[in-house]
Amino acid sequence: MAEGLRFDELRIAHRGAPMLTLDARVAPGEVLTVMGPSGSGKSTLLSAIIGTLAPGFALTGRITLDGTEITRLPPERRRVGILFQDELLFPHLSVGGNLGFALPARLRGRARRERIDAALRDIGLEGFAPRDPATLSGGQKARIALMRMLLAEPRALLLDEPFSRLDAARRGQIRALVFERARAQGLPVLLVTHDPEDAEAAGGRVITLG
Amino acid sequence: MALSLTRAAPALTLLALLGPVAAGLAGTLAPAFGLMPALGGSEISLAPFRDLLDWPGLPRAVTLSLFTGLAATFLSLALTLLICAGWQGTRAFAALERVLSPLLSVPHAAAAFGLAFLIAPSGWIARLIALPLDWERPPDLLIVQDPWGLSLIAGLVVKEMPFLLLMSLAALPALRPAQSLATAQALGYGRVTAWAKVILPRLYPQIRLPVYAVLAFSISVVDVAMILGPGTPPPLAVQVLKWMNDPDLAMRFRAAAGALLLLALTVTALLLWRAGEGLSARLASRWLVAGGRGRADRALRRTGLGLGALSAALVLLGLAGLAVWSLAGLWRFPDLMPQGWTMRSWMRHGTELLALFGRTLLIAATASGLAMMLTTACLEAEQRYGLRPGTRALWLLYLPLLVPQIAFLPGLQVAALLTGIDGTFGAVIAVHVVFVLPYAFLSLSDPYRALDPRYAIVAQALGKGQSATFWRIRLPMLLRPWLTAAAVSAAVSVGQYLPTLLIGGGRVPTLTTEALALASGGDRRVIGVTALAQTAAAFLPFALALLIPALAWRNRRGMRHG
Amino acid sequence: MIRRPMRNWLPLGLAAALSVTTPTLAFAEADPADWDAVTAEARGQIVYWNAWGGAENVNAFIGWIGDLAQDEYGVTLEHVKLSDTAEAVSRVLAEKSAGKDAGGAIDLIWINGENFAAMKRQGLLFGPWSEDLPNWRLTDPEANAALTADFTVPTEGLESPWGMAQLVFYFDTARLPEPPRSMAALAGWAAANPGRFTYPQPPDFLGSTFLKQALIELTPDPEVLSAPVDEADYAAATAPLWDWLDALTPNLWRQGRAYPQNAQRMIQLVADNEIDIGFEFNPNAASNAIANFQLPDSVRSFVLEGGSLGNASFVAIPYNANAKAAAMVIANLLLSPEAQARMASPDELGFGTVLAMDRLSDDQVRIFDEIPVGIATLTPEELGPTLPEPHPSWMERLEEDWTARYGAAR
Repeated sequence: MAEGLRFDELRIAHRGAPMLTLDARVAPGEVLTVMGPSGSGKSTLLSAIIGTLAPGFALTGRITLDGTEITRLPPERRRVGILFQDELLFPHLSVGGNLGFALPARLRGRARRERIDAALRDIGLEGFAPRDPATLSGGQKARIALMRMLLAEPRALLLDEPFSRLDAARRGQIRALVFERARAQGLPVLLVTHDPEDAEAAGGRVITLG
Repeated sequence: MALSLTRAAPALTLLALLGPVAAGLAGTLAPAFGLMPALGGSEISLAPFRDLLDWPGLPRAVTLSLFTGLAATFLSLALTLLICAGWQGTRAFAALERVLSPLLSVPHAAAAFGLAFLIAPSGWIARLIALPLDWERPPDLLIVQDPWGLSLIAGLVVKEMPFLLLMSLAALPALRPAQSLATAQALGYGRVTAWAKVILPRLYPQIRLPVYAVLAFSISVVDVAMILGPGTPPPLAVQVLKWMNDPDLAMRFRAAAGALLLLALTVTALLLWRAGEGLSARLASRWLVAGGRGRADRALRRTGLGLGALSAALVLLGLAGLAVWSLAGLWRFPDLMPQGWTMRSWMRHGTELLALFGRTLLIAATASGLAMMLTTACLEAEQRYGLRPGTRALWLLYLPLLVPQIAFLPGLQVAALLTGIDGTFGAVIAVHVVFVLPYAFLSLSDPYRALDPRYAIVAQALGKGQSATFWRIRLPMLLRPWLTAAAVSAAVSVGQYLPTLLIGGGRVPTLTTEALALASGGDRRVIGVTALAQTAAAFLPFALALLIPALAWRNRRGMRHG
Repeated sequence: MIRRPMRNWLPLGLAAALSVTTPTLAFAEADPADWDAVTAEARGQIVYWNAWGGAENVNAFIGWIGDLAQDEYGVTLEHVKLSDTAEAVSRVLAEKSAGKDAGGAIDLIWINGENFAAMKRQGLLFGPWSEDLPNWRLTDPEANAALTADFTVPTEGLESPWGMAQLVFYFDTARLPEPPRSMAALAGWAAANPGRFTYPQPPDFLGSTFLKQALIELTPDPEVLSAPVDEADYAAATAPLWDWLDALTPNLWRQGRAYPQNAQRMIQLVADNEIDIGFEFNPNAASNAIANFQLPDSVRSFVLEGGSLGNASFVAIPYNANAKAAAMVIANLLLSPEAQARMASPDELGFGTVLAMDRLSDDQVRIFDEIPVGIATLTPEELGPTLPEPHPSWMERLEEDWTARYGAAR
């Protein structure tokens, strides 16, 4: 089976100079941790997977997700979710608006609102829909960001040092929540991090770039 | 926004403007080298330049233009930064922000007239002293029109400082200054010093283009210089206008050569400024990390606030002076207030101007709307397709700012005549777009580029296409700077005099063409009426630019700046 | 009238990009000799009259003429308000550059002096037409040379006069009991009252007029001024003027380090009590300023002994005007006794009439007799003789030299 996220001889070069190569598979529910110093190409790899590689980078090889090649697909059709270090909640939308933005259009009206309310309940933030994201705590924002990503029904998850901004107490909590959700939904996860503790908690294979 | 259209936007924008820009430049270049067949100049020659060099006032006029332009820009920038550094996020700053829109709305010439009436030896301030001291005659002091152009510099600073402040306010939120400032202050840095060390190095690149625009404007400004600047000789731009308007049509050759010299002067000033930037950066690189915590912090803060308040007061008091004049009967020195009051100036001119309000705003809305559409499409193309190398050629858009309008227009006028659009409403809007677009671009491009690209990535990862990302994420997040840029554009459009008159062929009168013609009679009563009417027209877009985000984001703390 | 096709040129760059064919159609143009045909053609036309818009009374007068034209001839008059006549000249020049030899945007220009000379020289004017207007018969060009020689340049029917103007000084009797009445006396008065006199900076029209007025009084032989400047001993003719200015300048307002920009600014300086004496090229200027609350009603006018410079204001039609017939109708209306009397009234413009009283019927003369005298306006007798303008080349030389001596290096 070709399930999960696959990299077939993926090579990325910048202005002709080779940057990284990757040949790997991340099974559903599995976490692949990518480590490496700054400049080793971690964020370039993420850009390549979500499809926002800047001009000047050349990519060869294939990326497949659940058997479909996504290498040349526009970002919005890849169904790859990403969490950054910052929560990046859209500041002009309410909490509910942020979640609604992610929700597929096929859900309408009442069903849509109910789905949002259920999602908020799910992460212990019941009744937060009308709130201004700027009024939330760091942990609350992180949970909203995670839920927002999950509501878009992704088929793989990319994590770009998503826990590094959180305080120690929250970090473990959120990390556990993310991994638990990913596993429960059978999503392949690619985690980019500096933090060996993250890698350890992820419990999967570790690749070091650079 | 259709995908292919967005991709083509930079090329389309350039194409749409290349014609006018080329025509405008050709209209300057050709006569500068002796070519102007309508006046019998059919051979290339350097005679216009020789003629220009023979003009005895040239060295002084050139020095004056450079000095006043550079000084006005430096002071406007320094004051802007000092105010931001010392007061951003405080109540005093919020108060200054509130008067920003009226300050920006006052036309340059009106502000200059107002300032002249305040500071002249027979002006309002002098009258305050004259009454208790029983002066019958004002002292014979050279304050306005002084040979060094100091009052001209003051007149420019009071108008350009608000513009730079506006541009800074649009750029600042993306830098999240509060966090950086708190960090630096926690390390023991004084407020101003902290700001200069941690915010300024990131802010300056974002307001660089507006600063260049201020520099180019200050060097080629005509109306303010005619009112406040010296006349023996005047700055080069004024002299070029005089030659251009000289009844002796042969002077047009010298005027064109002068306009080219003025262009060269502007480029020189920009290069000097750039060199200054480089030098400051070199010096600052050591100073930034040398650990000095700043000693004169309090004094600097007070100076900034004092000068900022003074600058705002000069414009607003000047406007108040003009308002009183618009209602004045006989009013002589040393009376502080008119001997009699009358509505006659308003009855005579007010209704006339009011009738032109609608058309003026319609032109402004259309021209700034088009300019904003092109600008947004270009910047969006840059975000989506990384067309930056391709967009490099967009510097051509700034040419209408660099070449003095008076020299740029004849060529543009000929082009409009050749295409047969001249004298129409559409032609007036088109020519406004040429002069409005640079301002739209420089007001919007930096905030646009400064928006964290990861928001768009998140949106796309959530399954939204480019179009949805633009309409639902980028545009709303940029609502404030977008509206600000639109307001600046609209205000620029409202202020266009010569393009409207020349391209409109007198068929499309606007508030400004009417106001300037009426005001050319020099009566302060009439100037008062026209100045207030023009201010009102320019104020409307600025007010909307403030009001709309305030209403739309009243429940979104993250969308407030600071 | 048949015009020869004119060759058109384009500025460099445009010429390469576009090729333009000159319209070679011969237009049947209005011939003022057949006045009925002109008025028939004019009916329904719109005349765009480009005229300085800085004076409320002029704007109102133009509006009044427009109403009259609509009522009597079915001609619509649009006043395109300019801040400088040069804007209209630029416009015609651009139209010529673009090869737009018909259907131009300007139908009528308020013009005189140097602007007329330049447009005439460059072939930018339509005509001759003005001497065929029906009301031209009411003028007497033999008695009033200013009607056919604009700054000595022959008008040759290319422009039609509508008002006479003259250089007149004014002062506030409440502050200055007795003004100096010659250039020599003026210099003496300025020495005794430093900082209380100035003049608009040449080449402003009024400033240059002041120089010419002084030159006529001071030069040894004023006769030479009517011929082009290179035919005279310029240095000898102007030496007394420069000596006089050298003595006067340190006693000027701001010690001559700054000058007012124009006539309007000078009115403001008198109102602000910065200077004591002002002047204008309009005998009614002081009365107008009083009516506009600019000056107190204690202001009075005076002229210099020996006469003062005077000339006529004209209207001209650009060579490519769109509504030539209607433009001629307006020009003719301006010459009608009714319009002339209104214009001459100090409540309106206060310009002198260009009509000759001995060519008018008794009824027409009576309208002029009934014109009230403005509070600060001099009677024709008090105005005294009108001095002819020197040849325009003198003005150009004087402006250049003045700038080199006082306007550039200080």
